[in-house]
Amino acid sequence: MTSLGQQPPAFWLPIWTLTWRELLRFFRQRSRVVGALGQPLIFWVLFGAGLRGSFQAPEWAPSGMSYQEYFFPGVTVMIVLFTAIFSTISIIEDRREGFLQGVLVAPVSRLALVLGKLSGGTLLALIQAALFLVIGPLLHFVGLGPSLGWHLSPAGWLALVGFLGLVAFALTALGYSMAWSLDSTQGFHALMSVFLMPMWLLSGSFFPVPESGWLSWVMRLNPLTYGVAGLRRLMSPTLAEVAASSSFPSLWVCLAATCGFCVLTVTLACWLTHRRSVINVR
Amino acid sequence: MIAIRVDDLSHAYGERPALNRVTFEIRRGEIFGLLGPNGGGKTTLFRVLSTLLPVQSGHVSVLDHDVATNSAAIRQRIGVTFQAPSLDRRLTVRENLVHQGHLYGLRGRELAARIDDRLARLGLTDRMHTSVNSLSGGLQRRAEIAKGMLHDPELLLLDEPSTGLDPGARHDLWRYLQQLRNESGVTIVVTTHLMEEAEKCDRLGLLDRGQLVALGTPAELRAEIGGDCLTITAEEPARLSQRIAERFGIEPKLLGQSLRIERAHGHELLRELVEAFPEEITAVSLGKPSLEDVFIAKTGHRFWEETENRNGVTENAELRVT
Repeated sequence: MTSLGQQPPAFWLPIWTLTWRELLRFFRQRSRVVGALGQPLIFWVLFGAGLRGSFQAPEWAPSGMSYQEYFFPGVTVMIVLFTAIFSTISIIEDRREGFLQGVLVAPVSRLALVLGKLSGGTLLALIQAALFLVIGPLLHFVGLGPSLGWHLSPAGWLALVGFLGLVAFALTALGYSMAWSLDSTQGFHALMSVFLMPMWLLSGSFFPVPESGWLSWVMRLNPLTYGVAGLRRLMSPTLAEVAASSSFPSLWVCLAATCGFCVLTVTLACWLTHRRSVINVR
Repeated sequence: MIAIRVDDLSHAYGERPALNRVTFEIRRGEIFGLLGPNGGGKTTLFRVLSTLLPVQSGHVSVLDHDVATNSAAIRQRIGVTFQAPSLDRRLTVRENLVHQGHLYGLRGRELAARIDDRLARLGLTDRMHTSVNSLSGGLQRRAEIAKGMLHDPELLLLDEPSTGLDPGARHDLWRYLQQLRNESGVTIVVTTHLMEEAEKCDRLGLLDRGQLVALGTPAELRAEIGGDCLTITAEEPARLSQRIAERFGIEPKLLGQSLRIERAHGHELLRELVEAFPEEITAVSLGKPSLEDVFIAKTGHRFWEETENRNGVTENAELRVT
């Protein structure tokens, strides 16, 4: 009974097992499944109905765009944000329940720990978003939603899911970095309402970026704005022609900004995790 | 063969010192106990040994690897059981073990065989598909140990392993630890604040206020303070203490309402004392020194009393485990 000859674990195995655990935990808590999808769905229908009259379509939008159509990519990002962020709250629980300490003393590289946690959150976010992409258009048949009339090629779908995954990964890493140093979920909820919700509100999800003024600057500096804009472009290929000449960011700008955001948050998450400090034993 | 070498280790949480120049060695294949009151520094030491906390000053090597620079190699070869269970409560016992195996690079048939073996050894086979949430405290602790033992560590670190266990479960746990040491030669390090548990260790280190105040086998430690231990209760212990000092040339230790004297042939002194001060002495008892007596002799204060008095300090000195 000696462990001589045992090799350090393969890099992918801990990533896989941490991801798997994240999924398992999520689906064992049915309320989480309902909460993360239900609320955005209700928002979409209610805001869609309530703001229909006062919505003024931006100049780059195709003519006759309803608010609900405008809001659709924003709600998708909201689902991704909620699921990704809430799955990282589990770090706080993991720490409190002692599970995290167990992982920290295992011969697992810190990068693998971060990647496992992030892929779990990202996958969950993608699953929930995919559900919305299916359920949302179906609401048209019960009179609760617009006809979205999608004509996406398989490659278009693939690009959409890929981009959504990138946004989800960046947001999960952001949530992870915030949750890492907190010792209570209450603290996280506070950060959520003063930082994450405004970030979503100011991303062009809820209302278009104005042409000028301080608000336009805040929104242009918000990295999530490019996530929402990229999604908008990928969801409606016809937008490409209409928006080509306007101030609406191009797909490449969206992709570059989102990649940059992702690299930044993942680096932050890795750096925080790598420190061997007092927070690890709390 | 040395399993752990701690050399001049100091640690502080901010300004607050938790360990002060601790030096000792733990041999391979022994059950070593770190005994001390809460806030004495044993959990801090445990965390440094388990690679969770950085080495601030001094030098620590575990299984011939430097903790400061080579924690990856150490992590592969140690098993750690924390005071707070590290099981995922939403998963079943078996799922927890599968997960643990993956973290240590085990998978497939080998992992399945090991899980079956550990479950059988710890009597958990019929509970393997039960969610950890619905297990009793004793069974959870066993699952925790199965988890720590899955990768056949050469060194097992356990922080307050019998917390929350009833006497029966505690007894089983110790039998298992002794079996593990005897059959597999695993080195076992436990922290404890229970004297009864400390008695079962091969060797002990006594920690108080961040300092190692004594080191040795339970028998050696007891032998160090001489033959017998006299505990005297009196109405006015301070005055009595003075009078005993004047008459017999002994300095009794004053502990609250009682006096304590350690010496060989205690029964003779007992008789003389009772004859000399029949009025002042309310009660007197004579016993072989316990580990608690050793602690008192080494630190000049009581094990528990002191913890309470210093509550404000100790709570801060060691981070809370929730």
